[in-house]
Amino acid sequence: MTAHTDEQRGGLRPGTDAAPLPPRPDPTPTDGTRPDADAPRPDGAGPPAAGRAGSAAGSGRPRGSGAGLGGLRRPLGVGVVTLWLSVIVLLPLAALTVAAFGDGLAGFWDAVTAPTALAALWVTVLVSAIVALVNAVLGTLVAWVLVRDEFRGKRLVNAVIDLPFALPTIVASIVLLALYGPNSPIGVELNATRWGLVVALLFVTLPFVVRSVQPVLIEADREVEEAAASLGASGWTTFRRIVLPTLGPAILSGTGLAFARAIGEYGSVVLIGGNIPRDTQVASQYIQQQIEIDRPQAAAAVSVALLAIAFLTLFVLRVVSSRTQRREERDA
Amino acid sequence: MITVTSARKNYGSFAALDDVSLDIPSGSLTALLGPSGSGKSTLLRSIAGLESLDSGTVTIQGRDVTSEPPQRRGIGFVFQHYAAFKHMTVRDNVAFGLTIRKRPKAETARKVDELLEIVGLEGFQHRYPAQLSGGQRQRMALARALAVDPQVLLLDEPFGALDAKVRTDLRQWLRRLHDEVHVTTVLVTHDQEEALDVADRIAVLNKGRIEQVGDPVTLYERPANDFVMGFLGSVAQLGGQLVRPHDIVLERDRATALALDAKVADSPGVIDAVVERVVPLGFEVRVDLRADSGERFAAQITRRDAAELQLHEGETVHARAVARSSVVEHDPALAI
Repeated sequence: MTAHTDEQRGGLRPGTDAAPLPPRPDPTPTDGTRPDADAPRPDGAGPPAAGRAGSAAGSGRPRGSGAGLGGLRRPLGVGVVTLWLSVIVLLPLAALTVAAFGDGLAGFWDAVTAPTALAALWVTVLVSAIVALVNAVLGTLVAWVLVRDEFRGKRLVNAVIDLPFALPTIVASIVLLALYGPNSPIGVELNATRWGLVVALLFVTLPFVVRSVQPVLIEADREVEEAAASLGASGWTTFRRIVLPTLGPAILSGTGLAFARAIGEYGSVVLIGGNIPRDTQVASQYIQQQIEIDRPQAAAAVSVALLAIAFLTLFVLRVVSSRTQRREERDA
Repeated sequence: MITVTSARKNYGSFAALDDVSLDIPSGSLTALLGPSGSGKSTLLRSIAGLESLDSGTVTIQGRDVTSEPPQRRGIGFVFQHYAAFKHMTVRDNVAFGLTIRKRPKAETARKVDELLEIVGLEGFQHRYPAQLSGGQRQRMALARALAVDPQVLLLDEPFGALDAKVRTDLRQWLRRLHDEVHVTTVLVTHDQEEALDVADRIAVLNKGRIEQVGDPVTLYERPANDFVMGFLGSVAQLGGQLVRPHDIVLERDRATALALDAKVADSPGVIDAVVERVVPLGFEVRVDLRADSGERFAAQITRRDAAELQLHEGETVHARAVARSSVVEHDPALAI
């Protein structure tokens, strides 16, 4: 198995929460013992906090260093990881679900299908889908340029890709408001429009596709493209028929993660979106609003709906990735 | 006919091709032979258009293709590491060149069937490259390259990634294939045995220059210089001259040796040497010797000669050279 397939597999194994970092080969906490968990990352960043915690718990030690010790520690490691995951992820999710169904199934259903709630969910999914698709195309292009083209300032551009993650999302919102807000210096006023939402979400989801496609492209065998050229394929034909199929899984995983991130985004849309119910109010803002007017059950119900959408996205990603993985394994 | 004229290519200060001119006759199987860094792969890739020359021209069948991209040179290229399209079946791999040319489906299918049969992969057409052995992958790559009816077939160390047994089988298979298809073929290799085995012409390259071009027998027996002599087979240094180990005769009797040596023109003379080791190599025996001057060399003699001589370590014998491959132009600086 080559390094790039490891990267792909890693990239397609997203954390269940909205990942705080781009889709690099994140070891999910339960996978802390995987030998490829410490695979080199092109951008040199570490795994997300949850993954690091799993390693720190003792189960993530590299294999082959003292089998006896490993055997002694493994049950302890598994125990700590399970406990940690329960406290951090599973129990809160369970509590949320219980709260959502506090008024029974009918109460849940009413809360989710309330016109404003439904509109908020719809806007969220619609805008996120647009953002994900734009990312799929432009993220791939950015990755391509960063890997294949030589130009001055390439390293700087490469570093800038991660900026949206380093920035608190509320800062992103202010930054965008400065350019696209009222009295926009370039005459483009997107505040309180759905386009404003799209721009904000594009800003924060920029790194996902770029960072998942980049390593695959670096590892790609250039001779395969030369072979296609020698057989008469034009640059575009080679890209479409030879390169794209290899990048497919990475693009898909990056797109999926960008989508999952976009549906849960709050900070970056809170200022530029305008929070207009049934127009630009996204689900996260709706939830916030319900809490403020003391309707925790409605907030929990819409949260569970968001959760379900996120789970569905990740589930589809897993199915597709395991399918590609099967093909990749034949390559081994 | 492929003609390369005054080709130059530099990578920084390193001259990969230093004024190379070469004619490759139509229908021949020519090997570009040389050590790594000799420029042989660069020359092949320049013919293919995968590398652009700093200066010089390339013509294929009379057409100047120097500034044409690989797509329009009418070539087939086979890579050392197969360059298989991993996400396509064997059949789709072979059909690729025809599919993108939008040839009629029936014609493509017929052509692919024919090629799969030639390379012996009929039963494997629905497999993926990953499910094939290295030798099968390379045969698939060959079929893929041949599918577009190239004017020239270019092979870059095609057997380099295969193990010894498969390599020998495959190069003999390539030779038979070439006798059937007759497409002008250029093969890059660093393995002199491979070049002597399959090629009908060999161009020996060294440090970006062509040392000698000719048929295998000429190159072996009349090497232009010490480099070619040393690269095309093993050599022994005998009395300051390079000779092939199998051209050395060992005599027990010094007088006999001197008498017989007198009949050989230009001979290095009779060298007295001590037997250091006798190594049986199947049908031949290698005798490691040390001359009085301290120079070490090896002679390769038949089993029968070895039995007659009854050589033992520590004994002194008298070595002379016969009918030797002689270097046309002796230059010790080129010796390897």
